[in-house]
Amino acid sequence: MSLPKPAMRGLLAKRLRFHLPIAFGLSIIAAVAFKFTVTEPRKQAYADFYKHYDSMKEFSAMREAGVFESVRPTGK
Amino acid sequence: MEMLHLTAGRVAGLLSRRGVAVFSTSGVKMASHGGVTEQTDMSVPLYCDRLDTPLPDRPYKDTLSAADKSLKQKEKGPWNSLSKEEKLALYRIMFNETYAEMKKPTGEWKTVLGGIFFFIGFTGLVVLWQRYYVYPPHPRTLDDEWQAMQVKRMLDMRVNPVEGFSAKWDYEKGQWK
Repeated sequence: MSLPKPAMRGLLAKRLRFHLPIAFGLSIIAAVAFKFTVTEPRKQAYADFYKHYDSMKEFSAMREAGVFESVRPTGK
Repeated sequence: MEMLHLTAGRVAGLLSRRGVAVFSTSGVKMASHGGVTEQTDMSVPLYCDRLDTPLPDRPYKDTLSAADKSLKQKEKGPWNSLSKEEKLALYRIMFNETYAEMKKPTGEWKTVLGGIFFFIGFTGLVVLWQRYYVYPPHPRTLDDEWQAMQVKRMLDMRVNPVEGFSAKWDYEKGQWK
């Protein structure tokens, strides 16, 4: 019948001491992983696309294909 | 005002008749149509086999035989003198089922799961019938040729040329990358 007295106070504090560093750590890891798997490749893809982008050439191609209403293809 | 007074009186009459029925000590009638059925008297403590009620309001057997009564007398003495069978008999006087018996798996889940699958299957048949007898004909925008024309137009418009749709098309060679 002589059991040790259970902890009566500071239960939330103890839980937070344990779980908060883990929570912050996992969140930071998730953010860093997202940055290096998604945002950096995406920025690089846009940079590469616009490095050699000729807007007039693209415009002419689209015009010939007939997708514009303001300019007809050069044949007509 | 006069109408209100009359209806209030009628309601009071109804309530008083119901009130008498509620406050009488007769118990709950089991659902039946006509015959006299046994009514459990709900006004005295009842026994129940429940996991969340370890000590019910009364012992299971309340009418004890002579053997049970002598056993109860023996229980008043030191318990070391009781044999194992006597202890079990005393337990069964107090309780109907043990916790292990109460918690015994029933296999009900098999019936539930079987019923779920059966009705999902039946619903599948209903949906199949609907597909052939209820649905109207497809819109023409779902035809293969229309879809091909749609894809060509999307590529001509350069939809998502950086990372998405048109980025996967090789414009020089005229084929998917």
